[in-house]
Amino acid sequence: MTETLPNLVPAIPEIILGCGAMLLLMLGAFRTKDISEGIYSLCVLLLLVAGAVVLFIPGGTQVTFDGGFVFDEFARFMKILTMGASALAIIMSRSYFRAEKFSRFEYPILIVLATAGMMLMISAGNMMSLYMGLELQSLALYVVAAIQRDSTRATEAGLKYFVLGALASGMLLYGISLIYGFTGSMEFTEIAHAATNDHGNIGLVFGLVFLLAGLAFKVSAVPFHMWTPDVYEGAPTPVTAFFAAAPKIAAMAIFIRTMITAFPTIANDWQQIIVFISIASMVLGAFAAIGQRNIKRLMAYSSIGHMGFALVGLAAGSQAGVRGVIIYLAIYVAMTVGTFVCILAMRRSDGMVEDIDDLAGLGKNNPMMGFLLAMLLFSLAGIPPLAGFFGKFYVFLAAIEAELYTLAIIGVLASVVGAFYYLRIIKIIYFDEPAERFVPMASELRVILGVAALFIILFIVYPSPLISAAGNAASSLF
Amino acid sequence: MEIGLGHFLTVAAILFTLGIFGIFLNRRNVIVILMSIELMLLAVNINLVAFSSFLGDLTGQVFALFVLTVAAGEAAIGLAILVVYFRNRGSIAVEDISSMKG
Repeated sequence: MTETLPNLVPAIPEIILGCGAMLLLMLGAFRTKDISEGIYSLCVLLLLVAGAVVLFIPGGTQVTFDGGFVFDEFARFMKILTMGASALAIIMSRSYFRAEKFSRFEYPILIVLATAGMMLMISAGNMMSLYMGLELQSLALYVVAAIQRDSTRATEAGLKYFVLGALASGMLLYGISLIYGFTGSMEFTEIAHAATNDHGNIGLVFGLVFLLAGLAFKVSAVPFHMWTPDVYEGAPTPVTAFFAAAPKIAAMAIFIRTMITAFPTIANDWQQIIVFISIASMVLGAFAAIGQRNIKRLMAYSSIGHMGFALVGLAAGSQAGVRGVIIYLAIYVAMTVGTFVCILAMRRSDGMVEDIDDLAGLGKNNPMMGFLLAMLLFSLAGIPPLAGFFGKFYVFLAAIEAELYTLAIIGVLASVVGAFYYLRIIKIIYFDEPAERFVPMASELRVILGVAALFIILFIVYPSPLISAAGNAASSLF
Repeated sequence: MEIGLGHFLTVAAILFTLGIFGIFLNRRNVIVILMSIELMLLAVNINLVAFSSFLGDLTGQVFALFVLTVAAGEAAIGLAILVVYFRNRGSIAVEDISSMKG
C-alpha cells in the first residue's frame, strides 16, 4: 500500500486560517508588550487572504481526504459569505473594545479559529468532518461568548451556551452513531445509497431525528432555541453581532448539505420535521419578540424567526428551495450586520445602552443613522422594494412550487406579525420625544453601515449577480 | 447467553438517557451537568465501537477516538468557563444561573 498525501488544494483556505491563527497566538503570547491592535488587523488580513484563495480554487466539484472534504460552488459561496461576516465582526468589535478598555488579543484569533471550523463544516463530506468542524466552531464560540470574563452576564451567557451546546453535540453524535450503524457508512453519498435500498428503516429514521435536533440547535430553530436570547443578551455586543451572522450561515449550510446529499431518498421523513421546526421558529420569532425591551434580545428572537424563514426553502427540498435559502442568507447577513452596527453605535457618554426606548428621537438627533436603521428594519420585516422582501419571496416561491401551501401561508402570516415589532422601533425612532444623543459613530462603523444599507436599498436595481451565483451554488448540490 | 449488538446498544441507550436526565433533572450544581455530558459522549462511543465491530468496518473506532479527544477539549473549556463564572458569582448552583430571563 502506498501512502500518498491527499489533494490539499481544496483545503488551502482552512490550512491558511488554522496555521495563521496558531502563528498569531504564538505572537500574542510571546510578545511582552500589548500588540492586540496589530493582531486585529492581521486576523482580518488572514480572513481576506483565505477568502481570495477560495475565489481562485479551480471550479468543479473536488473531493479529497477520502470523501471527507468536498469543495464545490456551494462551498465556495458559503465560505466567502462566512469569512466576510467574520471579518466584518472583527472590524466592528474594535471600536467597542477600545471604548471599554478591553484588550485581549485572543478574541480575533478565536474568531478566526471558529471560522476555520465553520469552513470545515461547510465542506464536510462525511459525518466525521461534520462533527469535527462543528466542534472546532463551537468550542471557539463558547470561549468567545464568555470573553469578557469579569462580567457576570457574559460568563453566564458562556456557561448557558456551553451546557446547551454540549447537549446538542451529544444528540447530534448519538444520531450519527445510529446512522452509521444502520447504513454502514459515515460518508454522505454512501448513506444516500444505503438509505435507498433500505427504505423506512426505523433505526435510520431515529438517528436522523437526533441529527436534526443537533443541527436545529446550531441554527437556533425552535424547539432548540432556548439558549439564543440569553446568549445574545449576555454576551458583549460585538460578540452578539458575530453570533448572529457567521455561525448561522455555516450551520445552515451544513444543514442543507447533510439533508440534500445524505438523505435525498428519505426526503419525506425529514421534510415534515423541517416543516414543523420552520413553522414553530417563524411563529415564535414573531410573537416572542413583541414584548422585548432589550434590543439585543429582540434581535435574538428576530434571528430565530429568520432562520425559520430560511428553513422554508430547505423544507421544499428542491433546487429552487436551496437557491432561496442561499439568497436569504446572503441578504440576512447584510441586514444583521447593518442593524448590529447601529446597536454598537448606541453609546452615550456614560456607556452603552441597550433598550429600545433609548432609540427615541434618533430620527431628529441623527437623521442619517435614523434613516438607515429604519431601512434595515423595514428590510428585516420584509417590506418591498427592500432586499429582505426578495429573500422571503424566493423561499416562499420554492415552497409553493413544492406544494407546501400551509407552510407558505403560515410563513406570510408570521412575517406580518413580525412586521409589528420592527415598525414599533421605527415609530420610536421617528415619533417619540428625543432622548439624549449618542456619541458619534466610529468611522469604520459608518462605512459598514453605509455599504450594508446601500446593498439593502439598491438590491432591487441589480439583483442578478447574487441570484445567479446562488443558482450556481444550489445546482452544484444536485 | 451470547452478548450481541443489541445488548451493547441497550447499554448505550440507557447511559445516554441517564446523561440527558442528569442535565435536566439536576438542580444542584453545574459539575454534575459536565459529568452528564461526558456520560452522553461515552454512550455514543459504546455505540460507535459496537457498530464498528458488528459491521467489520474501522471507521467507527476511528471516530470514537476523535470523540474522546473532543470530549477532553470540551471538558477543559467547560471547566474554564465554570471557574470564570464562579469568580464572578460565587456560586455554581444551577438555580443561581438566572440573571437573564424572558
